[in-house]
Amino acid sequence: MKLGKLWGALALVGLCAAAQAQTVKIGSTLALTGPLSATGAVHKVAGEIYVEELNKRGGLLGRKVEWVLKDDQSRPDLARTLYEQLITVDKVDLLIGPYATANIVAAVGVAQRYNKIIWHHTAGVPSLLKYDMQFPTGGLPADPEVSLPELVFDAVAHAPKPPKTVAIVTSKFPSVHFISVGARDVAKKRGLQEVTFLEWEFGNRDYGAIAARVKEANPDFLFIGAIGVEGLLLVDALRKIDYTPPIHFHMFPAPGPLAKAPAGQHALALTTFEQHPPFTNNPVAASFVKTFNDRAAKANLPDNQVELQAAGSFATWQTIEAAVNGANSIDDKALAAWLKKHPVDTIIGTLRWETPSNYMPGARLYKVKQLQDGKWLVVWPPEFAAPGAKLLAP
Amino acid sequence: MPSVGLLAQSLASGVFIGALYGLLGLGLSLAWGLLGQINLAHFALAFLGAYLTYQLSLAGLDPLVTLAFIVPAFFAFGAALHWVFARFAVSAFNSLLITFGLTVIIEAGIQWIWSADFRRLESHYGDVRYRLGALYLPLPELITLVLAVALSLALWAALRYTDFGKALRASAEDPAIAQAFGVNASALALLLSGISAALAGVAGLCIALSYTLAPSQIYAWVGVVFAVVMLGGLGSALGPLVAGIIIGVSEALTAAFTAPSWAPVVSFSLLIALLLLRPEKF
Repeated sequence: MKLGKLWGALALVGLCAAAQAQTVKIGSTLALTGPLSATGAVHKVAGEIYVEELNKRGGLLGRKVEWVLKDDQSRPDLARTLYEQLITVDKVDLLIGPYATANIVAAVGVAQRYNKIIWHHTAGVPSLLKYDMQFPTGGLPADPEVSLPELVFDAVAHAPKPPKTVAIVTSKFPSVHFISVGARDVAKKRGLQEVTFLEWEFGNRDYGAIAARVKEANPDFLFIGAIGVEGLLLVDALRKIDYTPPIHFHMFPAPGPLAKAPAGQHALALTTFEQHPPFTNNPVAASFVKTFNDRAAKANLPDNQVELQAAGSFATWQTIEAAVNGANSIDDKALAAWLKKHPVDTIIGTLRWETPSNYMPGARLYKVKQLQDGKWLVVWPPEFAAPGAKLLAP
Repeated sequence: MPSVGLLAQSLASGVFIGALYGLLGLGLSLAWGLLGQINLAHFALAFLGAYLTYQLSLAGLDPLVTLAFIVPAFFAFGAALHWVFARFAVSAFNSLLITFGLTVIIEAGIQWIWSADFRRLESHYGDVRYRLGALYLPLPELITLVLAVALSLALWAALRYTDFGKALRASAEDPAIAQAFGVNASALALLLSGISAALAGVAGLCIALSYTLAPSQIYAWVGVVFAVVMLGGLGSALGPLVAGIIIGVSEALTAAFTAPSWAPVVSFSLLIALLLLRPEKF
């Protein structure tokens, strides 16, 4: 009798081990707490939706997918430790990078040490990433400091009254600062007069004096290198001193709060996806939008629209699925070799990894959107503009 | 050459942010100086107050009216917290560690209820601003200034001229002698801890009126407000306001006339200078 129980227990352990071996474990961290957690929450919801749908389709290579997700608390040092854990303790098969440049750089360093492939959606400084098995999936160009300002200045050049002067003000948050400094050169080459250039530390609390300086400079175009709510705090401070810039651009804003604030009206920003045609003409995108709106609301996120962040996350998972199916393998080197040769269609467009840094050449997947009556609408380039939308500059 | 308008607007901006520093530092300073309680959770309480203001305003209450609920609730919480500290004879250093833990718990609670995403109170106060020549004075910041000045003065007067204040100061200076003269130090300590937490609730209203909220922003204020408390003098009611305005104006003028990224250096430079020049104050 006792021997029978022992055999039963051993069989159960064996079954559990077999089930474990039959899952594909994908490991990542996200900023679920800390200063970047507002965006981390968006990536979490998007990833959960994808894994659920993927498993309904049968998973990867006939194996269920398990997403091992850890909280890096928005800290690169912790991200580094957690990626070590994911590889050595959790023994994940594949890796996705965390959110934001500094944490991604930390994670890629660990992946490189263990010769693991890693996909990432939001690293804003390509020159920091030299590892040949890191694959950016957010659509960022290889030269964001040139291509992205070019795109923005192209857009505002088509405003009803194209700007002649520009004020470039920026947070010292690494990626946005780097792109804003590049914008100075682009503006100069285009003959725009720079009336002021200001920098502040990420986490700045008082925008009153900065606003007063912008008002005094009175630019035709205010280029704000900001992330999260920094840009909103600045335009709010401008509004308090009765000044509205004719055109204002925010690099990577928290879209929800800006959309609800009166000072945010007509703000421009970068995006790769908005939930309107032509983006939602893709049935996969339309289905994701519907599910995400619902899930984000249930997750108590005040802004439940799909835009740059959620779409970038979704595109990452699409890339992994395409690569695993294409290479018919979860071997790191086989996947990397396949990706170097094959573009992948995602909801943000076709991703390619053909430059030495694996980043996209040019800002092909980026667009400029504008807040119009509380809604974000793509206004540039025209072929991606929301039906009937064009850049407004009152 | 910067204009007079820029100078005046920057000065006003510095006074406004300084008033908020002062208001945040007021409760912290009193609890630290008079009770020996270094309450890091003061910042978390202020943000909890901000989120409650946001939530109650969504339910239709005027943001200022929310104080009628938040102040008594926070007072009770502060008194209860001190009762626990007194019950377990928590030292000043241990209070720092315990309240740091409490901060993490409150932050997690805020994130659980309101998520990590940004929340923003859109109130009718936000649209109001007054013009004084070339100077613009926004109403939310004026409310902060008025509250900070009124509460600092009221507490200064209470500590200086009332029996309650005199007893409190006597307890802080020599509890044994104060008790020998019939001062009920325990009751006074509960009262002061309650007042300190209630002040965090008031600061929360001011934060909600002017800022976009996210749980992690709790920590953004810790450094500068600690500098304000140290500069203002522990246990002082007027000191934090004065120190806050000095730091706020210094930061604003730095941002207006040099690179704004230099502004955060100001508060700690002032603190270091004071520690070197007047170490006897500490």
